[in-house]
Amino acid sequence: MKTIEELRELRESMQRKMSLRKAGDDETVRVVVGMATCGIAAGARPVLSALVDEVGKRGLKNVIVTQTGCIGVCRLEPVFEVYGPDGSKTTYVKMTPEKALRVVSEHLANGRVVEEYTIGAAEREEARK
Amino acid sequence: MNFVRTNILVCGGTGCTSSKSPEIMEEFGRQLKAFGLEKEARVVQTGCFGLCAAGPIVVVYPEGTYYCHVRPEDVKDIVSEHILKGRIVRRLLYSEDKASGTARSLEETDFYKKQKRIVLRNCGVINPEDITEYIAFDGYMALAKVLTEMTPQQVIDEVKASGLRGRGGAGFPTGQKWQYAAGYEGPVKYVCCNADEGDPGAFMDRSVLEGDPHSVIEAMAIAAYAIGSKQGYVYVRAEYPIAVKRLKIAISQAREYGFLGKDIFGTGFEFDMDVRLGAGAFVCGEETALMTSIEGNRGEPRPRPPFPAEKGLFGRPTLLNNVETYANIPWIINNGAAAYAAYGTEKSRGTKVFALGGKITNTGLVEIPMGTPLREVIEDIGGGVPNGKKFKAAQTGGPSGGCIPASLIDTPLDYENMAAIGSIVGSGGLIVMDEDNCMVDIAKFFLEFTRDESCGKCSPCRIGTTRMYEILEKITSGNGTLEDIDTLEELARHINENSLCGLGQTAPKPIISTLTYFRDEYVAHVVDKRCPAGVCKALLSYRILADKCRGCTVCARNCPAGAISGTVKQAHSIDPAKCVKCGVCLEKCKFGAVVRE
Repeated sequence: MKTIEELRELRESMQRKMSLRKAGDDETVRVVVGMATCGIAAGARPVLSALVDEVGKRGLKNVIVTQTGCIGVCRLEPVFEVYGPDGSKTTYVKMTPEKALRVVSEHLANGRVVEEYTIGAAEREEARK
Repeated sequence: MNFVRTNILVCGGTGCTSSKSPEIMEEFGRQLKAFGLEKEARVVQTGCFGLCAAGPIVVVYPEGTYYCHVRPEDVKDIVSEHILKGRIVRRLLYSEDKASGTARSLEETDFYKKQKRIVLRNCGVINPEDITEYIAFDGYMALAKVLTEMTPQQVIDEVKASGLRGRGGAGFPTGQKWQYAAGYEGPVKYVCCNADEGDPGAFMDRSVLEGDPHSVIEAMAIAAYAIGSKQGYVYVRAEYPIAVKRLKIAISQAREYGFLGKDIFGTGFEFDMDVRLGAGAFVCGEETALMTSIEGNRGEPRPRPPFPAEKGLFGRPTLLNNVETYANIPWIINNGAAAYAAYGTEKSRGTKVFALGGKITNTGLVEIPMGTPLREVIEDIGGGVPNGKKFKAAQTGGPSGGCIPASLIDTPLDYENMAAIGSIVGSGGLIVMDEDNCMVDIAKFFLEFTRDESCGKCSPCRIGTTRMYEILEKITSGNGTLEDIDTLEELARHINENSLCGLGQTAPKPIISTLTYFRDEYVAHVVDKRCPAGVCKALLSYRILADKCRGCTVCARNCPAGAISGTVKQAHSIDPAKCVKCGVCLEKCKFGAVVRE
């Protein structure tokens, strides 16, 4: 450690690792996975793991992956919801690890909602049947 | 870098460590593995969270859920319910939250919301054994700023402007002390840290060293730059093994990262430091005795002047500050003197850590802005006196301090107001007493301590503390006279005026203070041969009220001295010759038939 710049760099990289322990700021995106019995039975666990892996691989800042109990639409599990910094909420249903990866790359990394996986799309699909 | 979605913080302070927090950490490791969560969750050992009464404490982020009284067998539930399924384990929540059924973050609890944590900013937040976590929270930025942007005089001016005063007890302005030390020229100068925390009931210095040792190392390097020193010493008592271990780890990590050693930040500035262990003698917390001890001699004070700034350690100019004082410095440099001075009162700036102990619900460490009224500390933050008892007094400043009676509970806690009522802020021990505490007995407790700890170098302290203790012993055993109280007062004055160092000078304070506010209790012991609080055994007797006694025999069966006789369903009686006055009969009797007089 010879310069103040080196110290700053180390601080930035460490802050990413420790951001969990600070109160979420305005930029934070929260991904909440339904991990009740229904969710786990439907395969929420691999979905959660896939989310965690992919967020880590991409080094996304300001993303918190957390879990909650039953979201209430057990028939559509595994479910996770993305809370944007602007207060928006997107509910993704019938998730798989593969679908989760796409949500990370499109929604979390680039801010584009994956319309076809949302609860709205699923309900329209059901209505059509 | 692996993305970790949850951090589990386990308190590694001395209190929680002795109630099994190391086992809890191990169990988390095992359970996380069993559930296949070891890559997603990180278990971190931290310093003290402050609410020691609720320990061992575990905090889970990002939710900030605060779990109390966690046992190793609870870990499985936390992992399988909370970490895996996101369901908070309600039975382990903090009592305030349990009542309301909601899990709030720590900052919202009554215990924390009135606090302002500057000294304790990283305690319970970072892993003290990992320098990179300290760096994440702006660690060593203050040192970098000082070395690259400020002159030594600018650093001293900044500390002066903050209004920071010595937190070890005396409250001497820190900036001025640095100025004096900078003013004496010499080829060799020293920066020392007093971590010989000895007041019964005070443990903030230990907690800072255990929870955030780098803040002290960084501050000492800053001080060294300000006064022109290359070598520092931390004098810490060997009775603080966890603090010593973490401090040593921190020093070696700081060396490895180049914050200690030669040419720090490429500026040519050089500073290194070592740890010296004390054997736990109270007098070694006195600055001249501390330096004598570091020099390898028997820890005895020497007359001042010369003051340490002129001729201190090894006869060289020396700067000596207390742990808590140092821990403020990086924050002041990073946030500015004005931000620090915004807390507290006009002459007592900033915050002070108090160690709450005794008859108080939330035993632990609290950091409050100077000038917070005692009432807020006891009732709001401390949660009041438990078991519905009445608050009687608070003892501050340990054996060098005095007490604040209930009538003065609105006194603001700052240097001036405390001195005005005959007590001191001191190092920050705050022992709460209720109606069951005898004030003469309290004075005797502290005199027994100072008598034992007097180094013996000067006669006022060596002989005086013993004489005062003997008189208190005489009074509490029921043999005191009114003249004894006068003798006590006279002795107290002499010892205060004539002792060599602070230990002796302040030793009479607990007596003077209790005599000022609780003289009637002394008189009751002497004249009525009675201890109003029912503490002094020689003045007590236990009796069974024949009309209330049902003859259940519980008291007789529990009496350790076999002093109670009587047959079943007949009134019992106590033989005063055999009674050891332990009070077990009073506790066990379900009918209120046993009385203490």
